[in-house]
Amino acid sequence: MATRGVRQLAVEGGSKHEGFLRYAGYRWLKIALLLSFTAILIYAFHDARPRPNGGSWYGYLLGTIGAGLILWLTMLGVRKRTMTPGRWSLKAWTSAHVYLGLSLIIVATLHTGFQFGWNVHTLAYVLMMLVILSGIYGIGVYSALPRVLSNNRGETTQMQMLDNLRQLDRQLHEAAQPLDQRHAEIVRMSLDDDPFGGGLIARLTGRYPKCGTRAAQAAIRAETGDRPAIGQDALERIDVLLERKEAALARVRQHLRLKALLEIWLYVHVPLTFALIAALFAHIFSVFFYW
Amino acid sequence: MAEAYRIAIVGSGPAGLSAAARAAQLGIAHVLLEKTDHLSDTIFKYQKGKHVMATPSQLVLRSDLDFDAGKREAILEIWDRQAAETKINVRMHAEVKAIAGAKGDFTLTLTDGSVIKAEAVIMAIGTQGNPNLLRIPGGDLPHVQYQLDDPGEYVDEHITIIGSGDAGIENAVGLAQDPAQRNIVTILNRSADFSRAKDANVKGLFGMRDAGRLSVLTDTTPQKVEPGYLTLDTRDGETRIRCDRIIARMGSAAPRKFIESCGIEFTSEDREAFPKLSATFESTTAPGIYIIGALAGYPLIKHCMNQGYDVVEIINGNTTLKPADEPILEAKFKGLPRQRTVDEWLEFLRTNVEILNDLSPLQMREFMLDSDVRAYRIGETVFEKDDPGSSLFGIASGSVDVAGRVKIGRGSIFGEVGLISGRRRGATIRAAEDSILVEVSRTAALKLMASNPGAKRVVTRISTERQLLQMFGSGLTPDDLTEVTSTAKVESVSAGKAIINEGDDGCDIFVIRVGSMVVEKNIGGKPVFLSYLPAGSYVGEMAVIDGGKRTATVRAAIKSEVIRLDGEAFKRLLARKPDLLDKARKDMAQRQDLNAFVEAKKDSFSSVVDMYSSVANFLVEQGVGEATDVLLIDENLCVGCDNCEKACADSHEGLSRLDREAGRTYAHLHVPTSCRHCEHPHCMADCPPNAIHRGPDGEVFIDDTCIGCGNCQRNCPYGVIRMDKVPPKKPGLLSWFLFGKGPGPGEPSHEWAYANAEPGVEKPKKAIKCDMCSGIEGGPACVRACPTGAAIRVAPEAFLTVAKLDRGEG
Repeated sequence: MATRGVRQLAVEGGSKHEGFLRYAGYRWLKIALLLSFTAILIYAFHDARPRPNGGSWYGYLLGTIGAGLILWLTMLGVRKRTMTPGRWSLKAWTSAHVYLGLSLIIVATLHTGFQFGWNVHTLAYVLMMLVILSGIYGIGVYSALPRVLSNNRGETTQMQMLDNLRQLDRQLHEAAQPLDQRHAEIVRMSLDDDPFGGGLIARLTGRYPKCGTRAAQAAIRAETGDRPAIGQDALERIDVLLERKEAALARVRQHLRLKALLEIWLYVHVPLTFALIAALFAHIFSVFFYW
Repeated sequence: MAEAYRIAIVGSGPAGLSAAARAAQLGIAHVLLEKTDHLSDTIFKYQKGKHVMATPSQLVLRSDLDFDAGKREAILEIWDRQAAETKINVRMHAEVKAIAGAKGDFTLTLTDGSVIKAEAVIMAIGTQGNPNLLRIPGGDLPHVQYQLDDPGEYVDEHITIIGSGDAGIENAVGLAQDPAQRNIVTILNRSADFSRAKDANVKGLFGMRDAGRLSVLTDTTPQKVEPGYLTLDTRDGETRIRCDRIIARMGSAAPRKFIESCGIEFTSEDREAFPKLSATFESTTAPGIYIIGALAGYPLIKHCMNQGYDVVEIINGNTTLKPADEPILEAKFKGLPRQRTVDEWLEFLRTNVEILNDLSPLQMREFMLDSDVRAYRIGETVFEKDDPGSSLFGIASGSVDVAGRVKIGRGSIFGEVGLISGRRRGATIRAAEDSILVEVSRTAALKLMASNPGAKRVVTRISTERQLLQMFGSGLTPDDLTEVTSTAKVESVSAGKAIINEGDDGCDIFVIRVGSMVVEKNIGGKPVFLSYLPAGSYVGEMAVIDGGKRTATVRAAIKSEVIRLDGEAFKRLLARKPDLLDKARKDMAQRQDLNAFVEAKKDSFSSVVDMYSSVANFLVEQGVGEATDVLLIDENLCVGCDNCEKACADSHEGLSRLDREAGRTYAHLHVPTSCRHCEHPHCMADCPPNAIHRGPDGEVFIDDTCIGCGNCQRNCPYGVIRMDKVPPKKPGLLSWFLFGKGPGPGEPSHEWAYANAEPGVEKPKKAIKCDMCSGIEGGPACVRACPTGAAIRVAPEAFLTVAKLDRGEG
């Protein structure tokens, strides 16, 4: 540690952020491209009779590579959840998962020899393409949304956002004590409302048309709109609190929306993967059984 | 005609009172002189209702008076009663002005003009008469006081207590005790820990702080007093607080002039030095005058009372009397080769180990109660490299050998590195010959340094010398450095203060001992961040080598300590040592390249450089300046999957040591709540079982001896330590996946942990913090488990590198 910090220009790598797409100078992109081009090249020169199909030696080779890849790609889920010691990095796994997964489009399509039909073989192919498509969506949101999520939350955590809401509710509750029945009912619209209800659509769009807080504020505004704001009115205080609650809600809803967008695709990607594996085994089994 | 006595006792505190009681019991003609109108003024002046402690607990009390821990009033009542019962001859309102004469015939002149004759004099005047004064601007204002008689007197005030000893803590707690008084109480401590105070007091203080009744400011010194306000110098820079009253309890110095006028010499010129005494409390320069109690260097009541008893026995001719702590010490010296008495051993250690030189025989006794002494055969290992351990060793005889390279000889110390940052042992130490070594526990060493300026100086000098040798290397020996180290001054620099200003003259060199610095250069009217210097680096060599003006500004990132070395002396050293000059030139060339690089970039990519500067400043503000390894998350990449937290929990008995979402963010760079393994860890400051250590990779970790007191959690300024129970073991991943058993990956919920806890076994809450996954192959789990590459762990100096500018990153 003698003169730590002197040799600044010499510092290289390791000390900077590097995303999974750029990992190790796009190593897995290069490998995936190499694999794809080789596959296309051989396909172009391979003379299968009567026509290119999965049953030729080259078809078998591509099929084996494809099936192997699918099973290995699935293992990312296991890798992510097993914290074994060792010099592995999940980032490297993700990088390989993304690029090799994309290369499956080429490998598997060539394996079909462009023969499609209404059968279990094509089902496996279609499922695989759906898994890949959902994965592409995943890459898209993973590269675009993190900074939006970060900007939206500023430096507050989800816990703090929800705490803030609870606190506003308490203040609203107290501020509503001097009100008469009719006005208190308006405040209740906000207090009794489930601000995150509205199902998946609301969660993904961030639109909550039946938001009780907004309705309550509109009702209060309708009451106070024609009066001058003198700052003493209990309703004015409610108005201010509702305004703050709406702003806080907007932030939490946006936060939840972004998190949902970042996760929703996994609910397609993962179950479809299992369906794909099932169809894949049916495909392999039937091919060999009827052979 | 003057009254004549065999013994005159000056001061009626625990020591004097106990001496008088013994004299009365033995039927010796004596007089006890007290300048006030009551006995034992120091204890009388304690706060009302103060709980007086009876430490050290292993020491037996030997006195004709009773004493046990209890309330001030009860103790004073017992003493007053027993003083009357034993027929002590007390003279109140008797302040001694001068003592003249020699053994057998002393003349004591009192302030009222009367004269007392005595054969022997016992000085037991304590030290409270002269409190250390607040020497800052405004320190003489009337609202600065050095005494607190009744904490109930003050209401609705902003009160600041200065001082981290027992007195200060007790005053602070007393003032904040009753919330109805509505006092806003703040206590200042210029260092990070309360090593001078009793453990129970410190615990009480922290309890009050946690209850929100008072605030504790550590690493803080007062700067300026104004009516109603107090300006403070804190770790994070200067602040000004409301303050209606200041109670300064910064220790006290002996009424030295008076004592010296009696012919008694002190061990050194230091304000806190003690009189030179023989093992029988007799002044070596004024025989016949015996000095006991706080003035002799020992402030605890039990000790004072024992000494009072002992000294009268000694004057009375009892030569076989052994001090009350004799059996404890005897046991400590039993295993040593040569047969010596305890006193001989103490004297042997004191004269041979440099840091103990300034201690009085009495202090030596106390010191040895907390330390150990052992004999080592030639070749025997004292400790191995990477052993945990934070004790300090002193060499009383023989010598040791450091990793087979360097020899450390008699009188010196080793193991001092652990004192500051708790790093593991840096090298294996073996006895180079048959040796006798003193092992000083970390707490005893800190106490020694806090109460003995001489010891502190020696430790500072030796560690400075070793740091310089390690830094400059190049075949230097301590002798080469003598001239440079003799100019070395340790200076403390508050956060944000500059030690070097761009464009200034001057060629002193600065070694960063504690904290860190940032180097900035003014380019186009704006300060541009050039580099970050962690503890252990040096700056200022450019002006020495090429003799120009300072080329950049260097300021403290956080409160730091630097060693200032005289530039001229360093120049002469460079002239003598071409190897060193060569090395310095290389370092300098690198820095010049850096400056040129940044300036070139600034011309072409001004906005990139601005961005880099502002990110660097943000990180420094986040306390990265004292980090050695920090988790940084790029929020352009983080998808919020929390796999880092899950991986952390699964790698460490089910508890996560990081909170990803919490923490500050700037320009998408997020500093999550996770340990940054400070260079000088705050968590270590006050760990009763000494369970926090630094591992071989620099990680700060807590071992199994944690007692769950929570001090570290409170002391951590970054909130990265949590107190929790280890949850029960989870079922495996496969049974979770296939059968839904258990809570799945990551930290189980408290509900699950509670429901699945082993019945009847109550697990304690222990302190949990990041250990950098030490011992786990592959390194930090949080980084390995990040699917997108958002999380990295870096040393700040590696992250704050201008190499980033080349890649066009912010």
